[in-house]
Amino acid sequence: MSPAREEILGKLRGALKRGPLTGERAAKLEARLANHPAGIVPRRSEGLDRKGLTKLFEDQAVEIATTVERVRTLADVPRAVADYLSCHNLPAEFAAAPDPLVDKVPWSERPLLKLKRGKPSPTDAVGLSVGFCGIAETGTLMLLSGPDNPSTLNFLPDDHIVILPASRVVGPMEEAWRQLRESRGGAMPRTVNFITGPSRTGDIEQKLEMGAHGPRRQHILIVEDESLR
Amino acid sequence: MQSTSHAFKDNAHEALGNRHLQSALDKMRAGFPQRRLDAIGKLPEFEDLREQGREIKNHVLENLDWYLERYERNVIAAGGHVHWARTPEEMRQIVLGLCRKLGARTVTKGKTMIAEEVGLNDFLESEGVTPIETDLGEYIIQLRREPPSHIIAPAIHLTKGQVEKTFRETHTDLPPDRNLEEPRSLVAEARTMLREKFLKADVGITGANFLIAETGSSVIVTNEGNGDLTQLLPRAHIVLASLEKIVPTLEDAAALLRLLARSATGQDMSVYTTVSTGPRRAEDPDGPGEYHVILLDNGRSGMLGTEFQEMLRCIRCGACMNHCPVYGAIGGHAYGWVYPGPMGAVLTPSLIGIENAKHLPNASTFCGKCESVCPMKIPLPKMMRHYREREWQRRLSPPAARVGLKFWAFLALRPPLYHFFYAIAAQVLGLLGRRQGSFYNLPLAGAWTATRDMPAPQGRSFQEMWHQRRKKKAV
Repeated sequence: MSPAREEILGKLRGALKRGPLTGERAAKLEARLANHPAGIVPRRSEGLDRKGLTKLFEDQAVEIATTVERVRTLADVPRAVADYLSCHNLPAEFAAAPDPLVDKVPWSERPLLKLKRGKPSPTDAVGLSVGFCGIAETGTLMLLSGPDNPSTLNFLPDDHIVILPASRVVGPMEEAWRQLRESRGGAMPRTVNFITGPSRTGDIEQKLEMGAHGPRRQHILIVEDESLR
Repeated sequence: MQSTSHAFKDNAHEALGNRHLQSALDKMRAGFPQRRLDAIGKLPEFEDLREQGREIKNHVLENLDWYLERYERNVIAAGGHVHWARTPEEMRQIVLGLCRKLGARTVTKGKTMIAEEVGLNDFLESEGVTPIETDLGEYIIQLRREPPSHIIAPAIHLTKGQVEKTFRETHTDLPPDRNLEEPRSLVAEARTMLREKFLKADVGITGANFLIAETGSSVIVTNEGNGDLTQLLPRAHIVLASLEKIVPTLEDAAALLRLLARSATGQDMSVYTTVSTGPRRAEDPDGPGEYHVILLDNGRSGMLGTEFQEMLRCIRCGACMNHCPVYGAIGGHAYGWVYPGPMGAVLTPSLIGIENAKHLPNASTFCGKCESVCPMKIPLPKMMRHYREREWQRRLSPPAARVGLKFWAFLALRPPLYHFFYAIAAQVLGLLGRRQGSFYNLPLAGAWTATRDMPAPQGRSFQEMWHQRRKKKAV
């Protein structure tokens, strides 16, 4: 143990006029961590059904300059991606997450699309990821790092497309945390990215400009297929 | 960072006469407060969330040692390292030691006020490690060799013309006839220049908005995405944070995030909120190979248990300075150290000593706006008053003010004498000023009348009129 550590902790305890916490007080803190109670949750997403949540998510996302397209099933994804690329005059080649959901997309229907699976190279103009959750409260995407979804995909390309099954749209951020705790038994991935719109800056005269360092455009494909998890 | 807080008065005078600065501040005053108001108007729970945020942080501060130890344990469990620094010097040495160990030549930096506090950039440069600021505002002021003037908008004191000039002087490889008139082209140029730096950097340094005890995670919030490229691309991610950044759980972080962006920029959420836990996992295709957190005390443990403890709730949103009439008039540089505005007027004397920052707690009209917009309900005016008291006790206030106040106190404690003097003064000044209606200068109050006129009294004091009215009523 470093002397700095001991001195700092000693000073804190001195200021709080007590020694290290033990017994009942420590147990209370343990319990608070173990139960991780949620506090006040904004009512704006309360009581909404799947349709309502998806609508709120979409409205909030559009508000912060994300673009959203709803598609019925994964089979519609290649068409939607191709349309997006041609609409913005983008190359047909893009970096795509090795996520199993991407494997389920029938890409062969659009033979001109060229997927590069894995993390992007600095020259890739477009990245495609799969969202872990969509948070309706604020129109926020939640993406987890890991072999399925390299985090650099979220930041290096100029255009970032995210596939999000509608079943993954939740109300508040607390619900997104709950899903993460359940899916991984409490283990945190290296990086959790909450993304609320495309990159921007107001650093020059407070004038809002898109595309500061991250993607200039953020596009979400909501897949409405109820059977998709 | 070297402080010039002792020269606040001169700094402020200069700021008031700076045309560029005043034009930039006009834009700030018009922007931030309205955006905040719009955002909280859409969230009926905002007031309750403030109260809850205050409680969460108070709970943390009462148990800070326990939470820090738990946080440390969980960082280590996730494969990261925790270092403790008592002083800026210790923090600088730890950073340098890590850079040396990693053979780092260039370091990209996300925005961190702690790095400003410990003067990291100058130090690294002097040791042969090149720091590159990547937040656009920080990048601009690094090129200009200036300190930040605002904790979330570091270049808010500059006009686009000044930024253009800086870019032309720095990016000399680019065609001189390029168009840089609009912020859009300036942003694009910075993006291109910095992209190269991101890809080449050996180490990435960021700050932390929160440290989560439950998971050993650090959280940063940005709009640009620079903090993410900073931490994802290099071989190691170093987090600089002060002790009080701890929150217990992920849910507590969610609760405070609802306050942060709304209070800061009027957004519901900043664009990128990133929760980082340890280094990249064995199976991860990207991310930093090492993860280090350096915890800085630098005087904060000395604030705990005192009348300044509540300042440790601060989440650095900048709302207090965005709404402060004094900050709005002079900008951040006049405050002379890292933290400007009302929060700086309390934090600076706490960290560098009241004797080095005695003007700051006086740089307030006590209008109370800072406290009313603070998402953590920090009683900033009250704490400034505590510092004014300390200043008085330690005889740091100027002799003229001390003599004047003593004289006033002598009278105020003797009401009949007070009324007698006051009535005479009102009469004499009323007579003297009757013709012009106001005074353009007054003996002993030259500093006050230098920038404003003193309206002439109407000849009678309030007390006199009050007594007369009561007599009339009685009749």
